[in-house]
Amino acid sequence: MLTKRIIACLDVRDGQVVKGVQFQQLRHAGDPGELARRYNVEGIDEVVILDITATLERRQALARTIGAVAREIFLPLTVGGGIRSEEDAAAAVDAGADKVSLNTAALRSPELVTTLAKRYGSQAVIVAIDAKRRDTGFAVYVRSGTTDAARDAVVWAHEAEARGAGEILLTSMDRDGTKAGFDCEMTAAVSDAVDIPVIASGGAGSFDHFTDVFTTGRADAALAASIFHYAESSVTDLKRHLRTHGIPVRL
Amino acid sequence: MIALVDYGAGNLTSVRKALAALGATFMTPSSPRELSDVAGVIVPGVGHFAATSAIDEPWREAIGASARRGTPLFGICVGMQWLFEGSDEAPGVPGLGLMPGRIARLEGDATRRLKIPHVGWNALDFTGAARLLRGLETGAQVYFTHSYAAPVTPECVAATTHANTFAAAVERDNVFGAQFHPEKSGDAGLRILQNFLEMCR
Repeated sequence: MLTKRIIACLDVRDGQVVKGVQFQQLRHAGDPGELARRYNVEGIDEVVILDITATLERRQALARTIGAVAREIFLPLTVGGGIRSEEDAAAAVDAGADKVSLNTAALRSPELVTTLAKRYGSQAVIVAIDAKRRDTGFAVYVRSGTTDAARDAVVWAHEAEARGAGEILLTSMDRDGTKAGFDCEMTAAVSDAVDIPVIASGGAGSFDHFTDVFTTGRADAALAASIFHYAESSVTDLKRHLRTHGIPVRL
Repeated sequence: MIALVDYGAGNLTSVRKALAALGATFMTPSSPRELSDVAGVIVPGVGHFAATSAIDEPWREAIGASARRGTPLFGICVGMQWLFEGSDEAPGVPGLGLMPGRIARLEGDATRRLKIPHVGWNALDFTGAARLLRGLETGAQVYFTHSYAAPVTPECVAATTHANTFAAAVERDNVFGAQFHPEKSGDAGLRILQNFLEMCR
C-alpha cells in the first residue's frame, strides 16, 4: 500500500535555513545539510528546499545548498523558490534536484509547466499554490504571497494538472507558521479536483494535525518546517503516531 | 568500472551521487565500444518510455552483447521497463527484450483514491530469492514514481501493489531491474545498489 509521505521543508536564505510566520518574521533555523542529515536518520520521506534568497548570486548560492543537502540524503529532493525559466530549472536539476516546484512562474507562464514536463517528465514538476480563504473559494497569491493572482486554487490546480504538473504543493497562507493545523477543507477541495498527488502545507502544530490532513483533508503527503526544525518533535514519533491511527507510513 | 548509460533522458545526478557514496568507480561511456570491458552496466531512467528510443542500434547491440557475456546489467525505472519487449506507453519503440512481457499502464481506483502516477513509498513483497534484495526483508519500503509497470512474471522477485500488483524488481541470471528508484530510497535503496555492485566484481 502506498504510504502517506512526510516531507520536511527547508526555507533557505543565503545558504541558511530560516522560517517565518504567515510568510513574515523570519528566524534562523540552522544549516541545511545538518538538518537534512537529521531528518534522514529520523525517517523523513522527502525534502523540499524553498529558496528565498533575493540577491543576484542566488542561482550559485542555491546550487551550493542543493549540493550540500544532496550529499546528505538519498531521498527525493525538490527545489523551489525563484524558478522562473527552463534555465533556472535545469540549474536546479543539474545541482541534484529530482523535482522542481514552480509557483509565480507557473501562473505567469503556464507553458513552462508543459516545457519542463516534456523535458524531465511530469514526476519532476510540482506546481506550488499559495492560497487564502475567501467567502467563497480559495484565492491564489503569488510573489511570496504578496500579490493576489485573481485565480481560484481549485481551478488553477486542475489547470496545472492538465498542463503537465505531476504533483500539487498546496500551502494555506492563513495557517502558515501558526501551528493551528492544516486547512483540511481547502486541501480536500483541491485533492478532489485533481488526479495527481496533493501535498498539504501550512499550519502543522501537532501530530493530530497530520492525522486530520490525511483523513478529512485527503492529502497524499504533508509538508512541515518548524515542527521539525527546532527538534520540537521527531519525524519517527510522528510516524508512529500516524500508524497507531491507521495511516500507512514508512517506518 | 561500472558504465552508467546516459541516453539523454532525465537526470543522472542522483544515481551518480549514490554510486559515489558507495565508493563505486563509474563512467558514462560516450561510445558503445566502451561497454566491451566494463564490470557492470546500469541503464537509469525517468519519464517516458519513448526516451529509450535514443538508445540506438549500436548501443542496443552493445548492451545486449555485454549482458549475453554475463556482465551484470541493472535497469532502473524506465531502464527496467526497457529490459522487456516493449511498452504500451510508446508502442512503436522496442525494448531490449531480455525479459519476456510487455509494460502496461497502471490501474487507478477512484473509489479507493488510488491515483496515477503512483508516487511515493510502497512495500516490496518478495516473490522469490533475490540477489538484488539481499539484506532486506519483505515489506521494505522504496520510492516509486511511474505510471507504467511490468507484469508479474517468473522473473519478478518483488511485487508491489497499488490498484493492481506489478513487478517492482526483476532478475534473471545477470540481468536485474527495479521499477522504483534505489538512488532515492534511503538506506534500503543504497543496499540494493551495493548488492548490484558486489555482483559486478
